[in-house]
Amino acid sequence: MEVDQLQRSFLEYTNSLFRFLDGQFGQLQLLQDESNPEFVFEVVSLFFEDSERILNDLTLALDQQNVDFKKIDAHVHQFKGSSSSIGAQRVRNACIAFRNFCEGQNVEACRRCLQQVKQEYLLVKTKLEALLRLEQQILAAGGVIPMLDS
Amino acid sequence: MAATEAQFHVLAVDDSLIDRKLIERLLKTSSYQVTTVDSGSKALEFLGWNEDERANSNEAFISSKNQQVVEVNLVITDYCMPEMTGYDLLKKMKESSILKNIPVVIMSSENVPSRINRCLEEGAEEFFLKPVRLSDVNKLKPHMMKAKSKDVEKPEKQEKQDNNESTEEASSEIQLQTQQSHQTAQSNNKRKSMDDGPTPDRTRPRYSGFTVMSN
Repeated sequence: MEVDQLQRSFLEYTNSLFRFLDGQFGQLQLLQDESNPEFVFEVVSLFFEDSERILNDLTLALDQQNVDFKKIDAHVHQFKGSSSSIGAQRVRNACIAFRNFCEGQNVEACRRCLQQVKQEYLLVKTKLEALLRLEQQILAAGGVIPMLDS
Repeated sequence: MAATEAQFHVLAVDDSLIDRKLIERLLKTSSYQVTTVDSGSKALEFLGWNEDERANSNEAFISSKNQQVVEVNLVITDYCMPEMTGYDLLKKMKESSILKNIPVVIMSSENVPSRINRCLEEGAEEFFLKPVRLSDVNKLKPHMMKAKSKDVEKPEKQEKQDNNESTEEASSEIQLQTQQSHQTAQSNNKRKSMDDGPTPDRTRPRYSGFTVMSN
């Protein structure tokens, strides 16, 4: 495929992601350059690893006989932070809602929140993976990744 | 010894790996030397803080030959961290005679006015809301410049704006340059560039377990 075709696809795709990724993701793109060509990939990879770990911890914590809401809140706070740092706004918002339910100490409600957060995470993960694939294709075709208007 | 370092060294403290990576990139983009640690206690250790106040009474930045101390021009720390919060770290630094003059900036994902005020009152220079952006990092330089100019023990400092300068050796290098002023324009070869790594005995910290990134 031609480089400019790929670049156009990339921009179109990025624009379609505005519901899932906010301006912070654009900031990450800005920090990527020739001296750090893998920056976005690295941050996103870290986010995936981190998120999966937190989701596991949350699932375990909510499965306990005596649910430790403080611990759950701490995990969710962490997840809120990391999703915010990469611009995954729907995940972040789901975390905010989750924290409110933690305060209420309602196990069932929290379990539902966890499902919601998981869902949002998987959605944004799919989008990000597709985006990164497009980036790789552009680079492989010898092009540069177009800058986004943030 | 005189230090005409053009590169400022920032210590970033955050328990989140992603945020450490981000802040490191933001700081390096602004041409700062960066060290990241994941806790307040590691930060204090890196800064040479000691439980024993007597040990803290010596100016750590005057190079006393046997002391391996690293000069840090600014500390930027997350607020919410387990065990020691950014506020606790700030407080400990302000209580220490060797660390109180290092400017401290707090970052937080939560916009809590009472928290912000508390930190500013305790002596934090700035409070950044996360996610931190380049425009925030651009606010750091004046604080570091101000702290450097306050450091009266050091002899007159000629602030070199040249970004290729990197070490304290530079001042003696400059004298050498002027003596050989009609040498070739390859004078930059005599300057130690950052790619050669930090000067031994100087800025390379001796601590293990820290992520020290000097490039």
